[in-house]
Amino acid sequence: MTGAGTEHALARGGGVGVWRRALASLARKPFAVASLVIIVAFVLVAVFAPQISPYDPTKADFLAVRKAPSAAHLLGTDDVGRDVLSRLIYGARASLMAGALSVVIAMVLGVPLGLIAGFYRGAVSELIMRFTDALLSFPFLILAVALAAAFGPSLTNAMIAIGVASAPTFIRLTRGQVLAVRAEEYVQAASALGAGDARVLWSHVLPNSLAPLLVQGTLTIATSIIAESSLSFLGLGVQPPTPSWGGMLNVAKNFMGQAPWMAIWPGLAIFVSVLAFNLLGDGVRDAFDPRD
Amino acid sequence: MLPYILRRVLTAAPTLLIVTVMVFAVQRMLPGDPAVVLAGEERDPEVIAFIRDRYRLNDPVPVQYVAWLGQVTQGNLGQSFRTRQPVAQLLLEKLPVTVELAILSLLVALAIAIPTGVLAAVRKGTAVDYASTVAALSGISIPNFWLGIMLILLVSVRWKLLPASGFVPLSDGVWPNLQRMIMPALVLGTGLAGVLMRQMRSSMLEVLKQDFVRTARAKGLAPFLVVVRHALRNALIPVITIIGLQLGALLSGAVLTEQVFTIPGFGKLVIDAVFNRDYAVVQGVVLFTATSYIVINLLVDVAYALANPKIQVG
Repeated sequence: MTGAGTEHALARGGGVGVWRRALASLARKPFAVASLVIIVAFVLVAVFAPQISPYDPTKADFLAVRKAPSAAHLLGTDDVGRDVLSRLIYGARASLMAGALSVVIAMVLGVPLGLIAGFYRGAVSELIMRFTDALLSFPFLILAVALAAAFGPSLTNAMIAIGVASAPTFIRLTRGQVLAVRAEEYVQAASALGAGDARVLWSHVLPNSLAPLLVQGTLTIATSIIAESSLSFLGLGVQPPTPSWGGMLNVAKNFMGQAPWMAIWPGLAIFVSVLAFNLLGDGVRDAFDPRD
Repeated sequence: MLPYILRRVLTAAPTLLIVTVMVFAVQRMLPGDPAVVLAGEERDPEVIAFIRDRYRLNDPVPVQYVAWLGQVTQGNLGQSFRTRQPVAQLLLEKLPVTVELAILSLLVALAIAIPTGVLAAVRKGTAVDYASTVAALSGISIPNFWLGIMLILLVSVRWKLLPASGFVPLSDGVWPNLQRMIMPALVLGTGLAGVLMRQMRSSMLEVLKQDFVRTARAKGLAPFLVVVRHALRNALIPVITIIGLQLGALLSGAVLTEQVFTIPGFGKLVIDAVFNRDYAVVQGVVLFTATSYIVINLLVDVAYALANPKIQVG
């Protein structure tokens, strides 16, 4: 009992040290810090959209159709006279929500399946892994398109489709972590001392998997934001008149000659937010890399 | 090596089978009775009964699945609800367009990724390395449909250099075809280039550390020749594996690129089918792409094993 307790405390102590070191290392990376600042800014914009957007994002004004940027409309207006800046601000909500919730869905599906596949070898594990391979073999967007087609286009269905399509990565990652951690001597010692499966999973496998899951989660937010905007661009995600960056681009492509400002900003917003999550994910990965 | 290949084939087979089960299951979950859909506007009960009988819709679901699988393996993917054309024929018509787009994009991606990846590895830790890393991440982060729109704005609308959209088959002339394919290939190629560049850089760094490279250097070979003649060849192998794994991403990207440039390929086919509720076509495309992905990656792995006898573990 004492043995298991000491070993547990040691593992936990080491864990905190790793996190503190990683945080310190992350703070020294200018790209990672800058991307974190950008992400926080995007989140604030999304949360306080009603307070900061100058106009109602869905209110059409047929007297101000496709107006170029001006003092009244800083980023111009769209094909039915809605303020592009206001739509851009509100669009952050759909993108960030899709990014975050898709990852939650992917993790809720992927982490338990990965734990099971890693912990219990044999038929169950094989079945889960073949199922994962099968899911991976569907081109991501074609799977999402097929699901959206079957269940109807909406932001919720887009998020579910993106989450399901991203789950295999988490299944493989978690399984790999389980296999690696189980081979560690201290975990075998814990098992030998009588720690049950659930205890080993909870106090050894999960804490050790947190860092790689955090990295993968951050990177998956980036791909999910692109995926949501892709689906909305195809008309299979957020439905008009609710503003979304992908949806704005879908309309903008019909007015490229007349109103290029409609196309520039939503794409730039997607690009910058996705780049920020990718840079942050890379930074977090390097921060946890002991070789660094 | 033979056991490895055998094991690889043996894992691909159940994966393929699960893919068919999933596709069939989603088809069964679709809203609406297929017999009613096929019967058309009148919804004549006799016609519906006939269709049920003909397509064996009254059979138990597992029996239906086996019958469907039998048809699929014979290349029968059903027919389009809309045009009544066989789905397999539609796929074969659109396939060359998307394959051409994919090959051109791959060429673009390799032309960008190999030199920059090698340069970043050779100049590790310098400004060149950081710049190419940021460029690669930007390539991955930029939504390709937006990049397409921006290119059209600049190249077609402002400079009037290339046509903004449309497609001309290769048989009608190489230049007219390429004129319309350059921008889509660039757009689709940049994202892939980012992924491949990162892989190229890291596998080059691995190879540069190895003994045979040191030997080549020690015998006085020029640094450029060491990299090109000795290291590059070895560093390219993992890149090829990544290309196989990126096929799905390439196809997903093609769906969007074809939409932006109105290219009548696979992507256009599936999106149009979705909006027309032409489920047979959607299902055919999904099944075909997933199967190709599995088969191509199987071939890549087998080729890898043949080229590198050290590979034993899956």
